[in-house]
Amino acid sequence: MSFAERKDAPLPNSLPRPPGEFEQLAEVWKPPRGWRIFSAVNNTYVGLMYIGAALLFLVLGGVLALMMRAQLAVPDNDFVDYDTYNQLFTMHGSVMMFLFAVPVVEAIGILLLPAMLGARDLPFPRLSAYAFWAYAIGGLLFFGTIFFDVAPDGGWFMYPPLTGTEYSPGIRTDFWLLGIGFIEISAIAGAIEIVVGILRTRPPGMTLGRMPIYVWAMLVIGGMIIFAFPPVIAATALLELERAFDWPFFVSAREGDPVLWQHLFWLFGHPDVYIIFLPGAGLVSMMVATLAQRELVGYRWVVASLIATGTVSFLLWAHHMFSVGMSPASTLFFSVASLFVAIPAAVQVFAWIATFASGTVRRTASTWFLLGFFGIFVLGGLTGVMLAAVPFNWQAHDTYFVVAHLHYVLIGGMVFPVFAAIYHWAPVVSGRQLSERAGKWGCALMFIGVHLTFFPMHIAGMAGMPRRVWTYSESAGWDVWNLLSTAGAMVVAAGVLVVLVDLILHLRPADKVDTNPWNAGTLEWLPLDSYAARSIPRVEGRYPLWERPALREEVDSGQHYLPGSVTGMRETMVTSAIEARPEYLLRLPGPSWLPLLAGLGTAVFFFALTVKFMWVALAGAALAVVAILRWLWEGDPRPGGKLHAVGGGVELPDYMSGARSHGWWGVVVLLLVNGSIFASFLYSRFYLAYMADAWPPPGVGIEGGWFDAVSGAATIISIVLACIASSLLKKGLLKKGLQRKGRAGWFAAATVLGMVTLSLAFAVQCHAARGADPTLHAFAATAWALLCWQGVNVILSALMATYTLARLATGKLDAVRRATFDSTWLVWLYTALQGLVMLGVS
Amino acid sequence: MEPTWRPAAGSSASLIHELSLTMYVGCTVIFLLVMALLLYAVFSRPRPVRARLWLAVGGLAFPVTVLVALLGYSVAVGNTLNNFQGQGVLRFLLDCVSDASRALGLSTTDAAAIRVEVKARQWWWEVRYRIGAEEFELANELRLPAGRAVELELVTEDVIHSFWVPSLAGKVDMIPGHRNRLVLKADEPGVHGGVCAEYCGGQHALMGLVVVVETEDGFQRWRERQARDAAAPGDDFLAQGRSAFMRGGCGDCHAVRGTEARGDLGPDLTHVGSRHSLAAGVLTNHVGTMAGWIAGGQALKPGNAMPDARDYDGQELRAVAAWLESLR
Repeated sequence: MSFAERKDAPLPNSLPRPPGEFEQLAEVWKPPRGWRIFSAVNNTYVGLMYIGAALLFLVLGGVLALMMRAQLAVPDNDFVDYDTYNQLFTMHGSVMMFLFAVPVVEAIGILLLPAMLGARDLPFPRLSAYAFWAYAIGGLLFFGTIFFDVAPDGGWFMYPPLTGTEYSPGIRTDFWLLGIGFIEISAIAGAIEIVVGILRTRPPGMTLGRMPIYVWAMLVIGGMIIFAFPPVIAATALLELERAFDWPFFVSAREGDPVLWQHLFWLFGHPDVYIIFLPGAGLVSMMVATLAQRELVGYRWVVASLIATGTVSFLLWAHHMFSVGMSPASTLFFSVASLFVAIPAAVQVFAWIATFASGTVRRTASTWFLLGFFGIFVLGGLTGVMLAAVPFNWQAHDTYFVVAHLHYVLIGGMVFPVFAAIYHWAPVVSGRQLSERAGKWGCALMFIGVHLTFFPMHIAGMAGMPRRVWTYSESAGWDVWNLLSTAGAMVVAAGVLVVLVDLILHLRPADKVDTNPWNAGTLEWLPLDSYAARSIPRVEGRYPLWERPALREEVDSGQHYLPGSVTGMRETMVTSAIEARPEYLLRLPGPSWLPLLAGLGTAVFFFALTVKFMWVALAGAALAVVAILRWLWEGDPRPGGKLHAVGGGVELPDYMSGARSHGWWGVVVLLLVNGSIFASFLYSRFYLAYMADAWPPPGVGIEGGWFDAVSGAATIISIVLACIASSLLKKGLLKKGLQRKGRAGWFAAATVLGMVTLSLAFAVQCHAARGADPTLHAFAATAWALLCWQGVNVILSALMATYTLARLATGKLDAVRRATFDSTWLVWLYTALQGLVMLGVS
Repeated sequence: MEPTWRPAAGSSASLIHELSLTMYVGCTVIFLLVMALLLYAVFSRPRPVRARLWLAVGGLAFPVTVLVALLGYSVAVGNTLNNFQGQGVLRFLLDCVSDASRALGLSTTDAAAIRVEVKARQWWWEVRYRIGAEEFELANELRLPAGRAVELELVTEDVIHSFWVPSLAGKVDMIPGHRNRLVLKADEPGVHGGVCAEYCGGQHALMGLVVVVETEDGFQRWRERQARDAAAPGDDFLAQGRSAFMRGGCGDCHAVRGTEARGDLGPDLTHVGSRHSLAAGVLTNHVGTMAGWIAGGQALKPGNAMPDARDYDGQELRAVAAWLESLR
């Protein structure tokens, strides 16, 4: 790899560009028109639709909030009844957290990241499109339950036993559990895209230390999603198993424990708050620097703060549980962690203030929203510190004080930065600014409204008003505070409305965008078209446009890397994870209806399953599986076999397999998610064992001995076979063309035998547990939950192996073109290792 | 009686209240300082900033100092409360001492110790007192002697609830399969409102309780009365009410000690007339609200476990209500 990185080095490509190069690039990246726009998979289109859907859910969730405020405006009100109110607050929390906050954060990443990284697209465009469609269709179906009086009513954190079948019969709770299920899937798909995109599609020269702060924030939250969502996936699976099959994970009479749910939920729920806030902080860091026209003060400090917050956020989940009766020692631990997570936030706040102080601050609508962000978020942070003081928490927990705190933090930490970002980055999408006047009006209304709504809630809470009450009596003395809150909520709504009207009137996505109204320094302000920037810039610092004023011109005239399409397909450059050295060209798929169909199938599957329309569910699942297989089949294109010059003497292959390929990284991230889900099930088992009186209960047991030995031996044989299959494929490399040389048969045999032994090992484990009825005791229930998870992985391995053999049979798998097998191999080995770990714990 | 933020003297809430006031003031000052600094930074002329100084002082030294101080204060309060709650170091030492003194024959177990079990149910509170050999049950109301610490055992068998009387103490959850403890104490007589703080289903909002702190004498008089069986009806009208109560099947769910009513699904009504409220804080307790509750409880607290009594005529309804109110 010859890759010079000197400021005075000649540009990678020279002028004039060959005729037809630009036309070909534009042709390859031509977006679909008319109603076919919904088949687009390009990050710009998916990102915009994603943000649009998230804002729609913000409005829908907001309407629910206004209905609640109407009910609480005066004491003893009967605007809605208790049953409706309980659905309203459950849906408001669930919609805002799962359908607005996390999706909008990922959506902005999908829209902005490739531009910020000078990439043409994210590495898995169809995955983003699928994540979007599953979320949009499923989210609307989920929201629709409120119109049929079947919306969940257990509160957005759904504590059992209230949400168990005994106290919540009917399907309301199931809608939540399954509805949240596919939103989890789409969040994780987004995280894979974001993490692999950031690590592998940066422009040459953008080392980790030169990444924009927002990109750092997204990398950190991508990592957090990988480890934070699995506990709630596990929790929802356990509760749904309990509801559907009476497996007693949370039933204390059968040695389950309701508190287990709280641990799993908040193990997700607390990092989730930072998953929502850190991208907001990252956006603030970018905007502050641009508005002050100075580099961000303390880049390294801010990066360290992001990483520290991400890490510590996994250590303070139980501060949501100070009143469950924890030991003084754990109480102290979680209190200390909760207090000290304020420090990285303080570092960032002072970095922003110092940056403002170092420059002349331009007063745009974004500046207004940023000032609003400070005025709300800092207060929310301070009440957060108060809540970390445990004795105070015992009073404030589960009251309107907490309602006030969480809205200050989330609205201040995320909504205001996102709205600032809308005004700041709208020109990147449409080529022109939104109305500054409307922005400032919107900001002023929202700022006043938020304080008017939520400040009085602190007082109501300390005066004894618990959260989630549908009414209160006049004698309580909470009426003034509630009336103020209701008035404030309407002011907030007016502010949001002003901004949305401005967006509808003035945001017209344009194909060709060439503007930098705030004179920003980062790559998303390069001239952009549907192919993103004309050429992929060579980056020499943290603010390339400031450091090299000619860069916009150079990039747009095609003087940097990859100014055309060298393979004739959509493609982007994959670089190394740390140094960002060019490694290969990733050929990207174009528009397709398959992600939409797969998303539709997924959403239909989950909802039909909930209402027990089994045939419809099966049809949905079949649609999703067929669509996904079909799109995968088009992936892993035939290697061109030669190197392509992309400029500056850099020549890149158009194919990569093994540990350097993006597909490998994607599968590894997926397996980290997989392993975290497994770890969450293990945690559940150990936690319940620790809490139980009798574990295992007399008369219920899982046989070990010979069963373990047979299962272990079969698993090890399967691992050996996996390695043999891999090496058979690799040896084909020397002889060129696997199937013609007669090794194909051996390879297929090793794969089939490997799957047989893997399944056998699993079957033996199930057989050993046949005496443990999972409905009798949490001991047996948790054992079977682990077995179910292993079963899911065995089935996944077998499906992938079958798919790999189909690729082999059709001549689409050989020694070079082996990325499909690599993915199968990783999942196969993972499943085998997970099986071995299970032998150790059952 | 509704909850209030004003802490009772001598309660653990009063200790927490001091911590709260300190934090309100401290947070206000810090908030105003940061805002002033921000506005100065935005509106002042640009100046070169010393990044390390800003970040090391504003981002690290300042919050670390404040947080360490707060942690110290908060842990000190927490420890005092834990001792108060009988979970801290002091309790351990006291237990050692009392074990030793008991072994030496210096003390006997406290025969007058008050043990109270509160069981939260959807959506009311079952309260069971054990004082020495004496045992009685009531609902939605606790009484404490002023100046004495009383330990509550907090349990539930249905869903999670949380016991919170803001003017007396912080809240403690009630969780199936767990037995949590909370010590209540107040120095002066008074009435304190409480609520369920953890969302527990449909009528979570209508699940209040009352804690009455009485003088030692008043408390002793109350407990003697509570320990007795229900008195026989004093006149024909009350006797008619009692027989209508039994005929209506009320005794299947409610117990009235000294009668054949022995149900345990609903509140024990042996001395229901002495209580402050009906239906867990929904209604003040008098004969009119009692009649209304019996006849139309589903309208007042929809979804509660008690069906409306539709079979009584006006005369019977008045009689049942009057009899129940006579149980003091």
